[in-house]
Amino acid sequence: MAEEVKKKRLTDIGPHDYNEYLSPVIKKNYGKWAYHEILDPGTMVHVAESGDKIYTVRMGSPRLVSGSFVRDICDIADKYCGGHLRFTTRNNVEFLIEDEKNVSPLKKDLEKMGYNVGGIGNIVANIVHTQGWVHCHTSASDASGVVKSVMDELYEYFIEDKLPSKVRIAFACCLNMCGSVSSSDIAIVGTHRKPPRIDAERLRNLCEIPSTIAACPTNSIRPDTVDGKPGVKVNEETCVFCGSCYTVCPAMPIANAENDGLSIWVGGKVSNARTKPTFSKLAIPFIPNDPPRWPGVVNAVKTILNEYKKGAEPGERVGEWIDRIGWPRFFKLTGFPFTKYHIDDFRLAETTMNYSSHARL
Amino acid sequence: MGKKHQTPLLDELKKGKWISFVREMERAAEKSERTEDLLGQVEESYRDKVNHWKHGGMAGVRGYGAGMVGRFSEFPDKYPGIKECHSMRIIPSAGFFYNTDFLRKLADISEKHAGGLLNFHGATGNIQILGMSQAEAEDVFQAVAELGFDLGGSGSDLRTPSCCAGQARCEFANYDTMKICRHLTEEYLDELHRPAFNYKFKFKFSGCANDCVASAARSDLAFIGTWKDKIKINQEEVKNYKKKFDVQKYVLDKCPTKCMWFEGENLVIDDENCVKCMHCINELPKALKAGDERGCSILIGAKAPLVTGPRMGMMLVPFYDVNEDAKNDYEWIKSLISNMWEFWDEYGVSRERIGELIGRVGLNTFLEGIGLEPIPEMVEHPRSNPFIKFTEDED
Ligand code: HEM
Ligand code: HEM
Ligand code: SF4
Ligand code: SF4
Ligand code: SF4
Ligand code: SF4
Repeated sequence: MAEEVKKKRLTDIGPHDYNEYLSPVIKKNYGKWAYHEILDPGTMVHVAESGDKIYTVRMGSPRLVSGSFVRDICDIADKYCGGHLRFTTRNNVEFLIEDEKNVSPLKKDLEKMGYNVGGIGNIVANIVHTQGWVHCHTSASDASGVVKSVMDELYEYFIEDKLPSKVRIAFACCLNMCGSVSSSDIAIVGTHRKPPRIDAERLRNLCEIPSTIAACPTNSIRPDTVDGKPGVKVNEETCVFCGSCYTVCPAMPIANAENDGLSIWVGGKVSNARTKPTFSKLAIPFIPNDPPRWPGVVNAVKTILNEYKKGAEPGERVGEWIDRIGWPRFFKLTGFPFTKYHIDDFRLAETTMNYSSHARL
Repeated sequence: MGKKHQTPLLDELKKGKWISFVREMERAAEKSERTEDLLGQVEESYRDKVNHWKHGGMAGVRGYGAGMVGRFSEFPDKYPGIKECHSMRIIPSAGFFYNTDFLRKLADISEKHAGGLLNFHGATGNIQILGMSQAEAEDVFQAVAELGFDLGGSGSDLRTPSCCAGQARCEFANYDTMKICRHLTEEYLDELHRPAFNYKFKFKFSGCANDCVASAARSDLAFIGTWKDKIKINQEEVKNYKKKFDVQKYVLDKCPTKCMWFEGENLVIDDENCVKCMHCINELPKALKAGDERGCSILIGAKAPLVTGPRMGMMLVPFYDVNEDAKNDYEWIKSLISNMWEFWDEYGVSRERIGELIGRVGLNTFLEGIGLEPIPEMVEHPRSNPFIKFTEDED
């Protein structure tokens, strides 16, 4: 195959056959797993109908990794897992172990190398996140640095099971929200606060005016004549600083060092267990960027987590806890101010009002 | 090793217990010099509080319209190593299962031809190699192809489909997520590699309603495993769980439709009223199992906020017999998909996701367009406003 690919420059060879990467036990028991047990926050075992077992050790990862990181985890997988490993949706590494005896030496090796083992059960899961200043031009904030700062602070909750339920935190550096950010227990989202700046000269060369106008969710972009030539203008009264125009037109930059920052959203979930999937709702509209360690965001997340831990019943996700106690009490407990920004004024705003006399007084 | 750029702010992010991406960037920089320039530029972003990437400029591989994302430094003179810092997206192995042989070779490629930095995985589920120039793209593409891997989606195309670990290592899986994911990726390679849609389109496959790949929040077409018949109960195991914790309070009382109760010692489930939410099975995995008539639900239209606000996937097909369809190479689902894409192509406008199109033209118009009948599972409740638009064919 490799030879043929080389000689003919084959394109469209398609997805690789995953069967090649399944360990013998997984192949044999494919579709015939009976149950699993969580042994500790870093380890679980899946037991097949045949009685065969596969142990999984989960390890945190920053997602942005070096070749040396890849070789580290390969060394471990070669030593203990017959060369088999996988990644999770939330960017963790999972070592798949057939022989129980290998479980604790593997974990010891990982810890010696400075890697984090955990993330299973009622824990704070690895934060799914985006590219940020490391690799994206629309970002209103860095991603990796915020995630690192928050995970350092919440580290004990990754390695120990001591929360009412699992808490999934997600991060996106702009409203494009690469990833399922808008339905997380706690979401941190990069936010601009000033309208785009228009570079009329570059706009003429780089941008298609109709598609730029169509990009705007609030119809804030209108055709305009600049120095007798076609251009656009932005109605700053209605612009919501979303950056959609910049995505299609590079001559409308929106990043603004003094006015960019992060917003915090809570109570979303994507699983269907018990309650339906829901979006996260606004908790804090804006926290200024404070690199390198973002104390404002770290404290806000910690505050939410502490109140949740104190108040929620076992098994309750953050959103279920807030539904039970009500939003006024959420704001009271956390001390976050409720502002005019918390009242929706976009497309489905009307559906979010309280049409009743219910109030917890 | 003498550092090329001083990074006092980033150094703060090497402290603390959580694994540090700065350490990873430094390790990559040891082997791939250009990543030193990346560190320098990111440090500058930390100081200035804005990113320093230019917008605009293309990158690509011959024969493909997708699979690479172009990235250019704002300060090419100061940071020549990242004048071009493009990333390549590679279709992952389904379920993200790999062996060390492949991963080691990929690490070598990333160091030899790019910045020695990778993402496992991107938000859509691609493997990403970061930091290559256009001139190197062909070499990376070739090297990756020789390992039997192909480029993923980007732009207005079918994005790389992804799935949960499913039957490979999860007892909850109601269908073979990895198999259908691979099959449909293969089927639609042209749509994946050559952007011709109004905008992006995503498939994601979860084996049950826990939805580990968050399909219902971020894919235009979400496949979520479910079953039709009765939950299988092992009464002995139920008794064991009762000894360990308050099953009434934490399981039965939390069932969304209150369709479970005890008759004496025995657990009874009114399966007709069960909405297959997975809660009880999650809590009592040894005692309860999904039934035998398994398949999946199909939800449509989920997306992130831009342009007209976020959407959650909405029920389109409550039960799709994917296990039966698998025997016919997924013929039924492929015809549904092609009907949908035709409708989207005809009525959608540029940058309009299919969920937004449905929002704009109405669900009824969409259903007529793709040949499905309205059913009550599609709505939370029937309409409550009286503005009914009766059509001529009622006379
Ligand atoms: C108790 C039994 C459960 C098992 C064995 C289980 C298994 C798994 C596995 C194997 C993954 C990784 C999937 C992948 O990367 O493809 C995962 C992730 C996930 N699970 Fe579960 N799950 C369970 C319960 C739940 C529950 C109760 C929820 C939600 C309430 C849930 C929501 C998720 C989500 C959102 C993810 C994606 C995030 C991640 O990778 O960590 N799961 N689960
Ligand atoms: C030029 C502009 C953009 C760049 C450079 C960009 C970059 C990226 C990158 C690097 C990823 C991760 C890729 C992967 O995991 O394979 C991604 C994913 C994603 N992007 Fe963008 N993006 C852009 C525009 C947009 C826009 C306009 C939207 C929405 C309107 C958007 C929504 C998303 C979403 C939702 C994901 C994650 C999808 C998922 O988790 O399945 N992006 N983007
Ligand atoms: S969320 Fe926005 S800024 Fe962040 S990587 Fe995605 S498109 Fe770029
Ligand atoms: S930032 Fe958003 S709301 Fe403002 S003009 Fe651009 S597209 Fe419109
Ligand atoms: S979605 Fe369901 S079947 Fe798939 S890994 Fe998660 S719990 Fe298992
Ligand atoms: S799956 Fe959900 S709805 Fe069905 S019986 Fe269990 S808890 Fe109730």
